[in-house]
Amino acid sequence: MSAAITFRDLTLGYDRHPAVHHLSGQVDGGALLAVCGPNGAGKSTLLKGIAGALKPLDGAVKLESCRPRDIAYLPQAAEIDRSFPINVFDLVALGAWRSAGLFGGLGRKARERTFEAIAAVGLTGFEDRAIGTLSGGQMQRALFARVLLQDAPIILLDEPFNAIDQRTVADLVDLISRWHGEKRTVLAVLHDLELVRKHFPQTLLMARESIAWGDTTQVLSAENLLSARRMAEAFDRQAHECERAA
Amino acid sequence: MIYDALIGPFAEFDFMRRALVGAAALALSGAPLGVFLILRRMALTGDAMAHAILPGAALGYLVAGLSLPAMTLGGLAAGFTVALAAGVVARFTALREDASLAGFYLLSLALGVVIVSVRGSNVDLLHVLFGSVLALDDATLLLLACIASVTLIVLAIGYRALALETLDPGFLASVSGAGAPTQLVFLGLVVLNLVAGFHALGTLLAVGLMMLPAAAGRLWSADITVMTLIAVGIGLASSYLGLLLSYHYGLPAGPAIILVAGVLHLVSLVFGRAGGLIRHVSTGRHLEA
Repeated sequence: MSAAITFRDLTLGYDRHPAVHHLSGQVDGGALLAVCGPNGAGKSTLLKGIAGALKPLDGAVKLESCRPRDIAYLPQAAEIDRSFPINVFDLVALGAWRSAGLFGGLGRKARERTFEAIAAVGLTGFEDRAIGTLSGGQMQRALFARVLLQDAPIILLDEPFNAIDQRTVADLVDLISRWHGEKRTVLAVLHDLELVRKHFPQTLLMARESIAWGDTTQVLSAENLLSARRMAEAFDRQAHECERAA
Repeated sequence: MIYDALIGPFAEFDFMRRALVGAAALALSGAPLGVFLILRRMALTGDAMAHAILPGAALGYLVAGLSLPAMTLGGLAAGFTVALAAGVVARFTALREDASLAGFYLLSLALGVVIVSVRGSNVDLLHVLFGSVLALDDATLLLLACIASVTLIVLAIGYRALALETLDPGFLASVSGAGAPTQLVFLGLVVLNLVAGFHALGTLLAVGLMMLPAAAGRLWSADITVMTLIAVGIGLASSYLGLLLSYHYGLPAGPAIILVAGVLHLVSLVFGRAGGLIRHVSTGRHLEA
């Protein structure tokens, strides 16, 4: 299997403090990878780094056969201004960015695909609703529909199921499985280990550094989870410069 | 009789026609910018930047007297400097845009006052502070018209980028590099229009035809296009009614225009169909679903 994303001794962080520390490895093309770990483990930071929203402090993220802009990235707390006067259809249609861009029209085909994406997440009938009137779960469905429309080879989801009811989670997991079936590379930050065991064949367990990476059943062992918890949240204001060989 | 009251002043006097055209140009381009300033929660930013323009224009005035090019260039330079500096600070330091802008406009306002007090005559300074909408010459009128045209064209071209940068900057950054240029161009347009407003209405009221109609428009519709159209309409109506009031009752023209806009804003606050007071109080019984 060829790599879709390669980490080369990647260190990401804020203000020189590493949140992801010396991570190396590769995500295979078409992989369905769960990223797990305790709070502060650097999971969101890793996705930001892959999406190109954060420059590495050291090392590199290498994307094979696609640019950062071709990645569909659903951040944990999307910076969406929910009071902005836009309806669900227009929000989802933004996913057609690659064909429409800054100036292009939407086109009949993209309009149809927008309606399909809205239907796929179960929001049919909500097209004209202002996004400010949606519930949290409905908003998340709309954002999934936008990702769906982006038709991206790599999809990054940061805790996509926070505060989402079980039926919605089931629907959205189906959607993720569909992406997996279409050979897209999907990375999702998740806390629900049951869900991960059930639906994600591969897992990266991290606590700033990679604790274990591979088949989910082996990675999520009691032993690994314990050491992940121990290693997390070791922020040191007086930390020395890291001298580990790059 | 009605003709004398409503149309006569403009038919009879050249300066009234010029004032109307100038104010209309301001309203046409200022109101859409105001709508976006409000959507971006930057309503006070416009005010701050208007103050930031004063020292630049004052500097131009001190160097070359009441000269259109000197004061325009001075105002533009000061406005752009403050807008850029505030943007840079917001991007690369821990301060957010509002805090950094407040810092810079206070700095430039203080600087302006110092410059003026070193070598100023108070008579012409009234012109700087309150504008001269009844004394617009050809060159100024042309400048206002050009700024309005450029603003509307650039807004039309950059509309999607601006809307998306307002709605979801993270998404725009993930699909395109247009985020930072969009912010800069938008601030540039605001500065341009403030300088235009400065010539007609003075530095203190320059934001008036930008913010008041836009805020009123927001109270009538939740649709961004309708909101903008209503804002432009209110801006145009304020210009016309304000000039009439000033003519018939001998009021200062600039403040009269802003006063009418303010009254229309208050009316919208009470009666506005999308978020006005009455709407808020009398909602009727709840629906079935």
